[in-house]
Amino acid sequence: MSLFITVEIADAVQSDEALKKQLVEVCPVDIFALDGPRLTAVENNLDECTLCRLCLDAAGDKVAVIKLYDGNARLE
Amino acid sequence: MRLYEFEAKQVLAKQGVPLPKRTFAKTPEEAEAAAAAIAGPVVLKSQVLSGGRMKAGGVLFADDPQTAKTHAATILALEINGQQPAGVLVEERRNIAQEYFAAVTWDGRAKRPVIIFSDMGGIDIEEVAETHPDHISRTTFSPSRPFSDYTAKVAVASVGVTGNELAPLTRIVAALARTFLQYDLTLAEINPLVKLDDGSIMALDSHMDMEDEARGAQRTLLTELAIPDSDTRQARPPTQFEIDGALVDSADTRGVAGRVVEFDGDMGLVIGAGGGSLTLFDAVRGAGGKPANYCEIGGNPSVNKAANLTKLVLSKPGVQKIAVMMNVVSNTRADMMARGVIKGCLDAGRVPADTIAIFRIPGSWEEEAVKILQQYGVEYVDRTVSMHEAAGRAVAKMGN
Repeated sequence: MSLFITVEIADAVQSDEALKKQLVEVCPVDIFALDGPRLTAVENNLDECTLCRLCLDAAGDKVAVIKLYDGNARLE
Repeated sequence: MRLYEFEAKQVLAKQGVPLPKRTFAKTPEEAEAAAAAIAGPVVLKSQVLSGGRMKAGGVLFADDPQTAKTHAATILALEINGQQPAGVLVEERRNIAQEYFAAVTWDGRAKRPVIIFSDMGGIDIEEVAETHPDHISRTTFSPSRPFSDYTAKVAVASVGVTGNELAPLTRIVAALARTFLQYDLTLAEINPLVKLDDGSIMALDSHMDMEDEARGAQRTLLTELAIPDSDTRQARPPTQFEIDGALVDSADTRGVAGRVVEFDGDMGLVIGAGGGSLTLFDAVRGAGGKPANYCEIGGNPSVNKAANLTKLVLSKPGVQKIAVMMNVVSNTRADMMARGVIKGCLDAGRVPADTIAIFRIPGSWEEEAVKILQQYGVEYVDRTVSMHEAAGRAVAKMGN
């Protein structure tokens, strides 16, 4: 279980094939992966999140990056 | 990494430095054959990576092949400073009229290579510097420009060498300097460099150390010398802790967690950044601390790499606390390091606030690091606290 970062993926992402592919591609630390047709967050990689915002740029509010060490603040 | 004498001489030979006839032998029989081929008095030298061969009995003289064989057997069985010889160098014995010393190394203060030359070779150069400072010259030069023979001439002439010796000594010292630059050496030494009784100049012994990081760039030379990647050439075999440290580094390409060296203290160190490791290690010792390890972490390691290094350091028996300290960093993220060391503590079953004596990584993403450390109650200091002061505070927490 991650200690510092978690990611929430909105249901709306699962029906957008292009967005799912894009999220897998843009994350520099491989937090997103396809498990069959479903986009999931890779638990072991969550704490490697560099807060680069590339996923937010791609998905907007369909993805949330949450800093567990900062009162569950969302990365804006 | 250090080269054996026979390898260093191969390198010198490539540069045209005059050397005695010689053969590297691995068995007494090979030594006997080598002595027979030389057909005259020989000297047999143990090939170990440490000094003190003569005092330890690792250098013997023989006038005939049979004696050479006997002496080679003695030398090959002789352990010197914990090292078994890789072989024995069988070399023609020459009559010496005068001994010189020549070396090229790095001058840390000048931040340039320096030629050290003396007309009093064969003995410890530090002793010459102390007792006969007028017999030793130090001449720095630029590593980024083609080396000029004139610089070598200045180094040699500075101790008063003139006449027939000046030109050949200059050529050899210039070759040594070019060797130093070409092969990424940290030390290229000839001692003694001698004038023989016939007036010729020759290199009788040589030491060379190469940058560990240059192994890739110098693969051609290392292949020529038949030095495999597995031959690390360290002064002693690595401990299991050090082997595990190398695995932590090699398992993840992100950042560096290198040069993990084991010591017998109780204070774990997770240190690095732009030469900061050495400074911090010295600062800990200067404050009376006893480091359990040395390491160099930096280059923006992953959280996982920092965590695994932390776990490794904490796995060492007797280590109750670690100090996480760096110089001011721009290419390593303080917050990723904070995540890593906290994760490492927790994975090791330790409480971060009790285990991390101090965290001093000022620089990029520092504000985010502070939030993480506050969450876990870890003491953090910023750049207003010097590395020495931070080390002192960490040592004070050890309660020794």
